[in-house]
Parts: sequence; structure tokens; C-alpha cells
Amino acid sequence: MALPVLKLDGIAKTFGGARALAGVSFSVAPGEVHGLLGKNGSGKSTLVKILAGFHAPDPGGRLDFNGEAVDLPLKPGDFRRLGMSFVHQNLGLVPSLTVLENLRFAHLTTAKSGFIDWRRERATAREALDRFGLSIDTEERIDRLSPVERALLAIVRAFEEIRVACAATGRPGLVLLDEPTPFLPREGVEKLFGLVRSIAATGSSVIFISHDIDEVMTITDRITVLRDGQLAGSLVTRAATHEQVVEAIVGRRIARLGVTSHTGPQLSRPAFARIAAAAGTTLEPSDITIGKGEILGVTGLIGSGYEELPYLVFGARPCRSGSIAFDGAEPIALSAMTPKRAIDLDLALLPGDRQGASGVDSLPIVDNMFLPDVARFFRGGRLSRGAMLREAFDLGTRYEVRPNDPSLKLSALSGGNAQKVLIARWMNRKPRLLLLDEPTQGVDVGTRVQIFAALKAAAASGMSVLCASSDAEQLAEICDRVLIFARGRILTEITGADLTKDGIAEACYASIDLAGHVGTASPSVHAS
Amino acid sequence: MTEAATPIPATPAGGHRPAFRLGRFIERIALIFVWILLIAAFGAAMPQAFLNWGNFSIMFASYAPAAVLALAIIVPLTAGDYDLSVGATLTLSSGLIGVLNVWHQMPIGLVLVIAIGVGALVGMVNALFIIYFRIPSLVVTLGTTSLMTGIVQWMTNSSTIGGIDNALVMAVVGGRLFGVPYAFYYAMIVVVAMWYVFDYTPLGRKLLFVGRGREVARLNGIAVDHVRFGALVTSGVLASAAGIIYAGVLGSADPYSGLNFLLPAFAAAFLGATTILPGRFNPWGAIVAVYFLATGITGLTMLGIPLWVTNVFNGGALILAVTISQLTRGREATDIG
Repeated sequence: MALPVLKLDGIAKTFGGARALAGVSFSVAPGEVHGLLGKNGSGKSTLVKILAGFHAPDPGGRLDFNGEAVDLPLKPGDFRRLGMSFVHQNLGLVPSLTVLENLRFAHLTTAKSGFIDWRRERATAREALDRFGLSIDTEERIDRLSPVERALLAIVRAFEEIRVACAATGRPGLVLLDEPTPFLPREGVEKLFGLVRSIAATGSSVIFISHDIDEVMTITDRITVLRDGQLAGSLVTRAATHEQVVEAIVGRRIARLGVTSHTGPQLSRPAFARIAAAAGTTLEPSDITIGKGEILGVTGLIGSGYEELPYLVFGARPCRSGSIAFDGAEPIALSAMTPKRAIDLDLALLPGDRQGASGVDSLPIVDNMFLPDVARFFRGGRLSRGAMLREAFDLGTRYEVRPNDPSLKLSALSGGNAQKVLIARWMNRKPRLLLLDEPTQGVDVGTRVQIFAALKAAAASGMSVLCASSDAEQLAEICDRVLIFARGRILTEITGADLTKDGIAEACYASIDLAGHVGTASPSVHAS
Repeated sequence: MTEAATPIPATPAGGHRPAFRLGRFIERIALIFVWILLIAAFGAAMPQAFLNWGNFSIMFASYAPAAVLALAIIVPLTAGDYDLSVGATLTLSSGLIGVLNVWHQMPIGLVLVIAIGVGALVGMVNALFIIYFRIPSLVVTLGTTSLMTGIVQWMTNSSTIGGIDNALVMAVVGGRLFGVPYAFYYAMIVVVAMWYVFDYTPLGRKLLFVGRGREVARLNGIAVDHVRFGALVTSGVLASAAGIIYAGVLGSADPYSGLNFLLPAFAAAFLGATTILPGRFNPWGAIVAVYFLATGITGLTMLGIPLWVTNVFNGGALILAVTISQLTRGREATDIG
């Protein structure tokens, strides 16, 4: 084998006492497309951050680039000098600037000469795009491009960055693609793969990180799988099967889930809410029934559409279709739902973006707590501040908010305690249906337990809960039932003994394969 | 998941009454304290001319339009929108009074109703472009400012119109309470009303949340667009009211001076957000700031200091106060930053 472009040897990283990476070794050959797979928390992102120079690895590891030992830790930006570049999921493009400005960003902002020769810049950009046969207009603004064009542009830019470094050293470079595909349509993914192959054909290497096993198996030459911070598998793609990859990711052999399992909800209790044909940006029309007092989890791989559900039901995001009926009443079109109406119907939504959508950090806890129903403290022509503070203090005691001083600003609390305040806000209203999106993200372990207990207690008294989360452990702990989504559709329902952390994780990965079948099975009868 | 096992901070034993914090208290009254110092300094320099009630009563009355204008601004500012057009709305309102009342002989009562209505209309036009066409408020109100300034020049032939109905003049500066002309008390009525709405009604809470977190407000069932619309219409109406008081104070309509009020009013709004309720635009703070600036300018003028110094004083006081406030608060999020 030729001298590897990238060679890792015993790279480890410990955060506090927690081992995120426990001595990982693998290498990437020139011209190779190398897949990097693993569950959330397997150490993938830690590894990427070490390469990008955000994290310093523990001493003892070794990193060779084109056969030369690189001093560790890398400093931010070092990767560029070596001939390495990154495309992250958010792509790092400025929407309001043109293709040209984005493509030549690094050059335009660091050029030595004080004068920009736009004619030459345009020619260079055109050349870069033409090299890969992309017919994107250099003068077009990024926000007018399709998602696919944006992803392609970000990759071309990453390749342009290393091309200069590589031309200087005469050695291959490395482009690292970190989940570039989850929000792309099928034909977009094909185009992206075409570009990846063209880059590999120049002799440079590509590391392709994705949750989508089918995609990884289509595009890569070899696959490295991480699990719990360790190397869990090193496979040659051509010789590997889908089952082997899934097994390496989740850690044990799993039975393929039967396609029959998504025939319909199996409710063991009276239905409270019937959602029909709910569809959003990625979510395809889906029917979901939530039982009274049930905690229903929805999950899937990133981009599978489940994360839209709480917002669609609450009228917080535009829907393509759908309706919801409560307690057998007349269905309400989701397009007619607004947060105001949802609150009047005794619905509650706790968004995942705590600081941007849930609470205002710069305002007092008490005002955050009573935001939806402050009017009930308006007595005798004035807002009774005393009553508000008293009730907020009592609520804070009940939900164990520390420090329990409701006149403090929300920003004075830790993430977990702020989340308790926001949960208290909604629980205090005794909603009939509580909608959650990643309710314990960035929340400490102790608080997590308290939040789970509060949710379970409220469900026991009849409140229904719809919880969207990518955290399989959390879902296994609190849910009565979990629906697994893939490519915008419900594929499986997990209940009973299967409802474990591993069971959910396995179903998420297995579902990709099923989604492939579902997507291709129906139209062509004469398929082999 | 990325959670780390952070220890839960210990609960301080305590009730729900906010503890008295000396630092906070000093911050709240700092501007008032500096104001008193300023009065003392000018008083020491000019014991006869400066330190007499007549001087203060004139200052209180003649800055009443500026005070109302500062109050007008903080309504949309609290809701997160800039209204630069209040200065031009003031001019439009007083210009209308001159043209309709003096040139067209319309009864003053009707003219005032029209002036207030036009102020509301200006707010609605601003709101239309800001909220429904999603154009930044700074751009829209800068545009309507120029637009209205032009209309006023056309309407008045760029001339000052004297001879406004004496009833208005009498109502504004004709009578005095404790030696201070009524104009001042009109501003006080607005302060008290705004104080009530800001601090003692659910609407005040909504305004605050709409300004600090639009998405948070929306997801909590607040009709964000309605609140912003209402705030912009309110600032238009209040700016018109300031124009009425201004016409009454002068007894004439001046097609140019309104814009001179704009920057001091903004300065007072932001300066006011460093006092009384530091970190928030608040009506009492705005009033204190208006009269603090007025005192400085009056004193400097009486000392015979050239006119340009007043602008330097306005701007310098604003930047200094806001900077000190920001430094002492450790750069936490406020309305100012």
C-alpha cells in the first residue's frame, strides 16, 4: 500500500474522568474514500475535533500526515497548512454573499495585496467549479442555491483549500466530510457522490462521516467503525455486508426487523390525540395516535423527520398537511394551529433550543415561569408581583430549582436548573399533551433524573407526552412506546421488552435498510 | 449526549424577597446623584441666575416635548424595534396644527384629533413595512422620516406658522401648578401611564418578552406581530402628542426643529436605561435622563458656552453613561447592548 495520507496511532482523549477516545488507530490511503461510522457518543466528533485542532489529544498518541509525524496537539488552523480541510454539516457558507465570495473567502480576506482583482478571482472560481463540471453561477447568492448546490459548493471550496497546499508540497491532501447528506434528496446525494469520486480521482483522500450505512457502503473503499471510543471494526467495503457494519456499530448481531411491525399503533390505553397525515419539511404524511397518559417517543437518525413533530402539532412550524383530533373531538387542521391556539387547547411545547426558543436568559425567572399565563396575576387593575414571586418560589421548591430565587435572571441558573424552570412553567398549567424536543440536552445527570420523575408522575395522572429525542437511553427510560422514523416515514414501533437503549439504537440503523426497500419496492414490479 | 455531572449549587436559605443589594441600589440612583451634583456645580457657579425656581420651571416645561418623545421611543425599543421617525412625526403634528388651524381656520379641537390620528397613521405605515414586509425598522423609519420632513416643507412652504389658537397655548403653558407650566404635567401623565403599563400589566410583560426573545414569545402564545404593531402605533401617537405640546409651548409651528429633538430623545432613552431599572428601557429612567441632559444644556448655555458644546455634552454623556453601566454589569445582556 502506498504511504498513507493520514495515519493515526493510539489517539486518546479524556474529558474530566470520561474516556471519549481510548487509543484509536487507523490510516487513510491516497485516493481513498474512507467511511467513519459510529453512534452518537462513539467518539467520532471528538476525533474530528482533534484533527481540527479544537481538542488536544491525551499525550502518547501519534499522527502522521503523508509519512511525516505531526506535532500534537494541532493548533486550530494547522490542518490547512498540512493539506486537510473540513466540511461540517452546517457547511459554513454565508447565505447573503455570492458563490464567488464564499468560494474565495479565505483568499479574499487574507490576500497580501490590498487590491482585489475581481476578474481574476472570478476566473479562478469558475475554473474550480468547472473542474468538477458544476454549472453554478459565481454571482449567485448562496441563499438562492438549492441545498444540493450548497453542499457541492462547500465541498469544492474545501478541496480548493487543500489544492493550494498540495500543489506546494506535491502530496495528496485530505477532505473530511462530516454528515453532509442528511437533509439532501436522493438525487442530490448522487451528485455529491460524483464530486467525492472526482476528488478521490485526483489522488487526494476523503473521510466520509455519516449515519447512513447505505450511503457509506455506496461511496467508500474502506470503513472504520468507532464504538465507545474504541475501534470497533475496520472493513473493506466491497467485502462487507450491511449486517456486519450494523453489528460493528451497535456491538452485537441484530435480527432484521420485520416489515410488518409498522402496520399501525398498538395502543393499550384509550387514545387521547389522533394525528393524521402530518407532514413537514422532511416529514412525510404520518399518522400517530397518542394514548391518554402515555409517553410516546419519536426518534430516528438525524434528518429523518421525527424532530419536526412536536413543532407541527403545536403550530410552531409550517406544515404541508395534517390534522389532529383530541379526545374524539372534531379534527383541527395543523395549518390552522398556532401556538396561541395550542395553548388554549391545553397543549405545551418545550423546544430543544432552550436559549433561543424556550426562555429569555436576560429576564427574571419569575417572568419566564409565567410567560404564557401572566394574565391570571392581573388582579384589581395591577399585576400582583408578590403573588407571582410567591407562586414562583413554591414552584421552584417543587421542581427543586437551585438557587430558588425567582427574582434572579434565568441566566443565573445552570442549564439543568433553567430547564427545570421551563418545565415547571408548562407542567404548572397541567397540559393535556406535553410536546418535548430533546428535553434533557445539555442537562446534568441529577437534573435528568428529576425531569424524568416529573414527567412520569404527570403521565401517571393522565397527561400525554410526545417526546422527540435522539437520545436512545432517555427514550428507553421514560417512554411507553417509541416510533422509529427514517426518510420522513414511520418504519417501526418499539414496545415492551424491545424498548431498551440498544433496541432503539439498533432499530434506527436497521431502519435505513428498510427505508431503502420501502423507497424502491413499490413502483417496479419487474425488479430482480 | 454531552452532559457533564455538574454539582447542583447549594440552595441559599432564603425566601422569595429579592435581597437588598447595595451595588444595585447605587447603580439605580447613580444618574440622579450625578444630576444633583450637576445642579450643585452650576448653582455654585451661578447662584442667582441658575438656582431659582423660575429657571427650573421653564426648563421643565420647555423640555416636556423632548420628554414625551423619549417616552415614545422606548415603547417600540422595548419591543425590539427602532422608531427613528418620531422626530419627523413631532414636526408633522405641529406643522399640521399650524396649517389646519391658522391657514384653514379649522377649530383647534378637531385639529388636535387629526394630529393624533395622523400620528397613529404614521405608526401603522411603519408597522406595515416593518412587520408585514419584514424590512428592518431602522431603514423603514429613516425613510418615513425623510418622507414626512418633505411633506411638512411642502405643507408649510418651509415657513414658521405663527398665531396658533390661544386655547392650545393656554392649555400648555398658560397655567401653572407649583410654578411649573402644565406642559410638564402632561409629560408626567404619560410617564405614570407608561410606568403602569410596563410594570403592572400583562401587556408590559408581553412587550418585554417580544423585545428580548421573539421566538420565545411566539411559542408562548403571544401575538408577536400585534404587540409590535401596537408599540409602533403608540410611538406614533405619543410623538404626535409631543408635537402638540411643542406647538403649544412655541405658539407656532416650526417646520425644522423636530429633527433636533431626535438625537437627544434617543440619547435620553438609552441613558435612561442605565438608571432606575438598569438594563431596561424604563419610563422614569427616560424622564430623569431627559432632565439631566436639559440641566446640563441649560447650565452650559447660561454660562455662555457656545452652542456646539451642547451637542458634545449630549453625546458625551450618553456614551460615558452607557459604557460605565455596561462595564459595571459585566456585559450581561440588556436592552442597551
